[in-house]
Amino acid sequence: MVRFVAAAIGFVSIAAAVVASAEPPAGAAACSGCHPASTRVTSPVPRLAGRDAAAIVKAMQDFRSGTRAGTVMDRIAKGFTDEEIQAIAAWYATQK
Amino acid sequence: MKSGRREFLKLGAAATGAALFPGRAWAQSTAARVVVVGGGFAGASCARALRQTDPRIAVTLVEPNPTFTACPFSNAVVVGLRELRAQQFTYDRVAADGIVISRTTATGVDPQARSVTLADGARLPYDRVVLAPGIEIRWNALPGYDQAAAAQMPHAWQAGEQTLLLRRQLEAMDDGGLVVISAPANPFRCPPGPYERASLVAHFLKTKKPKSKLIVLDAKDAFSKQRLFQQAWSELYPGLLEWVPLSKGGSVTSVDAATRTLVTDFARHQAKVANVIPPQKAGRIADIAGVTDRTGWCPIDPATFESKLQPGIHVIGDAAIAGAMPKSAFAANSQAKTCAAAVARLLTGATPSTPKLINTCYSLVAPDYGISVAGVYQPSGGQIAEVPGSGGVSPADAPRATRAAEAVLAEAWFRTITDEIFG
Repeated sequence: MVRFVAAAIGFVSIAAAVVASAEPPAGAAACSGCHPASTRVTSPVPRLAGRDAAAIVKAMQDFRSGTRAGTVMDRIAKGFTDEEIQAIAAWYATQK
Repeated sequence: MKSGRREFLKLGAAATGAALFPGRAWAQSTAARVVVVGGGFAGASCARALRQTDPRIAVTLVEPNPTFTACPFSNAVVVGLRELRAQQFTYDRVAADGIVISRTTATGVDPQARSVTLADGARLPYDRVVLAPGIEIRWNALPGYDQAAAAQMPHAWQAGEQTLLLRRQLEAMDDGGLVVISAPANPFRCPPGPYERASLVAHFLKTKKPKSKLIVLDAKDAFSKQRLFQQAWSELYPGLLEWVPLSKGGSVTSVDAATRTLVTDFARHQAKVANVIPPQKAGRIADIAGVTDRTGWCPIDPATFESKLQPGIHVIGDAAIAGAMPKSAFAANSQAKTCAAAVARLLTGATPSTPKLINTCYSLVAPDYGISVAGVYQPSGGQIAEVPGSGGVSPADAPRATRAAEAVLAEAWFRTITDEIFG
């Protein structure tokens, strides 16, 4: 019984790790409301998938500080910390 | 006898559920089952996000309509700037993700047996259920405004035939007619929606029937993007659009559909076209499932969107009490993805992560004049709160080029979000 439970717990933590790797970091999933996930969509708003992480980080920091003018991104960037921005940028850089 | 039998059946169902799914979180040999009720911005987003997060999850989407008709941009349909078919989407691509579409109505949710009852009596067992039922009109909450009255004085707050009815009435009206729009007290679907509609109706009257007048009767003294709307109204529609707030007698106390009359404490407004945006509540299945509180809306956990009233039932979109987040399509989509991630984790026994959510909402004041509100949100003190220092509305002193750019961005947003959900 103890062995079964231990095996089950082991399985759960593996399953959780699999889910966690697929799961976008906090805030990232919301971006595709405006930034097209698909190449089918025509929009002045750029796709984020596959973009250079450093470029995303710089854009967000510049929107946040006001050195880059935005329409809504200046207001949205102010809601994210440096750590959150870096995690989002790193995640989008690995997406296709 | 009757109730005894029902109790017996309920017990039986609960016992069967317990026997079939012991230690559900660990039983990975059979796929975890999630039922999503409602195929709008929230529900369809959630169904697809669940499959993307973990393709092992068996997802059923319960939705009676073969096509979805979107509310954002339906105000442009009302005034003839857009056709209704541009608002309509099928579920073909949703089904192509391996989501089972159950084209019927959910009539019950049994949180003990963990099953959703369908209109034909069939039961769909679930490990977790997500309710995304949108809104229902509170008929007769405004005396005189029932379903029959809506055929004379359309609400057009659920897009489709009502949208087209209001459009036909505006098109048929003689120049010089009085149009009245009434806006409800908070909360309701799409907080800036009544004022976008007033703006576009004013644009329609100015260009097509310039001797006409528009009165907005409001049950509130303040509304979303108010300063921006009022600034644009005085610039674009002076003398044409009159907004009457609560404190000036704007609250409508009853309506008479036969004469298209809206009654306030101070006046009777007999309209040629009357658009009553009535009080609302969470869609019916939320009430049946026991997840609504006395307000008629659904209290939820701010990280997982699980009901605070019934375990295993999540509520997203307009039906949920989402704290600082408005009842908008963008918010519904953002909540849906957050909820999907939380549900996927809960199904494996993992702890849900702390989310961050976003809302962005554009309104058109004229076809080439857009304004926006944006916000970033996180759980705080058991509610969804705005991240301090973030968010806000378009600048008050922006040049017309900025307004034109936001009108273009508004349409791009609609194409993007509907492609993600239905494309």
